Amino acid sequence: MQKELWKGNEAIAEAAVRAGCRAYFGYPITPQNEIPEYMSVRMPEAGGVFVQAESEIAAINMVYGAAAAGVRAMTSSSSPGISLKQEGISYLIGAELPAVIVNMMRGGPGLGTIQAGQADYFQATRSPGHGDGRMIVLAPSGIQEAADLVAEAFDLADIYRNPVMILADGMIGQMMEPIVWHERKPAELPPKDWAALGREGDGRTHFVTSLRLQSAENEVFNQQLMGKYQQIARDEVRWEAIDCQDAQIIIVAYGTTARICQSAARKLKQEGIRVGVFRPIGLWPYPYEALRKLAEQDTVRSVLTVEMSLGQMVEDVRLAVCGVKPTPFYGRTGGMIPETEQVADQVHQILREVKA
Amino acid sequence: MSLNNAFTGLLSHQRVFVILGPYGSGKTEIAINLAGMLARDGRRAALADLDIVNPYFRSREKEDILKAAGIRLIAPDKATWAADLPAVPPEILTLIQDDSLTGVLDVGGDKGSVVLAAFSEALLALDSAVWYVINQSRLGAQSPREALGLLREIEARARLPVTGLINNTHLLGETTLKTIMAVAEYTWELSARSGLPLVFNGIQESLAPDLTLPEPILPLALVMKRPWE
Repeated sequence: MQKELWKGNEAIAEAAVRAGCRAYFGYPITPQNEIPEYMSVRMPEAGGVFVQAESEIAAINMVYGAAAAGVRAMTSSSSPGISLKQEGISYLIGAELPAVIVNMMRGGPGLGTIQAGQADYFQATRSPGHGDGRMIVLAPSGIQEAADLVAEAFDLADIYRNPVMILADGMIGQMMEPIVWHERKPAELPPKDWAALGREGDGRTHFVTSLRLQSAENEVFNQQLMGKYQQIARDEVRWEAIDCQDAQIIIVAYGTTARICQSAARKLKQEGIRVGVFRPIGLWPYPYEALRKLAEQDTVRSVLTVEMSLGQMVEDVRLAVCGVKPTPFYGRTGGMIPETEQVADQVHQILREVKA
Repeated sequence: MSLNNAFTGLLSHQRVFVILGPYGSGKTEIAINLAGMLARDGRRAALADLDIVNPYFRSREKEDILKAAGIRLIAPDKATWAADLPAVPPEILTLIQDDSLTGVLDVGGDKGSVVLAAFSEALLALDSAVWYVINQSRLGAQSPREALGLLREIEARARLPVTGLINNTHLLGETTLKTIMAVAEYTWELSARSGLPLVFNGIQESLAPDLTLPEPILPLALVMKRPWE
């Protein structure tokens, strides 16, 4: 198949259309504007709906409406805009509605910068909106993977009736890479017999809501959600371990940062230092078990986490490693991207300290 | 490196070179390398970053490289430099008015060409080169018919007729000689359909020595790298 050169944001939008997304609602913000721009042309071509909403809040609530009608729906934004969508995300979770949300993260807090960031990790993995909800979070580190994960995200959303987030940094949205469009085998999906499309002869009003006024009933619902999340935590863990067997140092990173760390690891290998890169592809559920096993190897002296934040995913790394090895952290923040040399320097420093 | 004969002729007729084209066709790499050629030829060279659509990978990020190559950077002032604002540097007029200066206009992709409309009369009066960059592996460029449609849209927004084509077909680090040779017929057909000459080919400098093409080759030293490259 012929390779084509795609920009991350364009590829994510096209992948959504190919995955059957027929409703897109968004509001402009850098660095994800190519997604709504692309959708504004492509969605009508595909027989779908594109709306540039009056705000991010309106857009996520339009997603709620389309999803309640059984349509594959998506919205996208970048950090500040995703903050605005939190209430809507909680409602999607509470109404058990499938949807895909793309966050092309930029440097925060506040309006921050338009450059790449990874500081929305806590928001995505710990607390999507209010309440006890959880959300599957997928983190591509290349354009091919971004396109593939979008297709997967729509299936996961339908299977678990829960929103799924694609969490990427602005660099993934803005850079280009050659990709191939794969023919995907359609997944086996549960029927959307809950969709609010009228009674359709089954004598039951399909009512989609997150309002459960009887607390006892609401607790039962929350416990059902918990059951669903336990299943997801068991079955939907995704990661890639690169040269982690017998490594001296394991670097944990995702997205663009993982690419930088791989580059640093190759460089360090030439100096005779065995460095592995552990790359979570799913950020929730987190690959605790896989990372713990690798960290427990006798060869491993330290598990270094690198992020474009002041230290967020490192908390999951520490939960995984559970004190069996040191877990230092290196981060750049505010829109600054770590350099390969800086990561290599961190590894050198760790090795000096271990020997001392 | 001195200019080869083919390029001496190509660059000696004009003072201002407008580089425009679709999103991600490689305009910035072409513009920076072309400005480098002009500077190496001993001309007072400038590069104007007129990208009002892209937030990342803009030529203004490479100020150090340009300065080292003796190229004057014309870009929005520092206050708006890192913003996503459609800010046009007023210094662009220096390039248009100063006869002793030669320069390249690095224009944003697709709809970004609208930035030229305000200067189109002046650029026409200067008999500027208006070169359109094509990369067949990009969106909307698969067939010559599609590519020509986009070209006409972009030049209409610019209010500036395109005067020549630059073939810059590539797949970044995955480009091979095969990638380039495979589009020979495509570029020939696009040139015939549009009535525009293919002025040169932009080829990554690692591949350029192995190629012989009917049109001149501009070997590209790539500068717009991803953070891990």
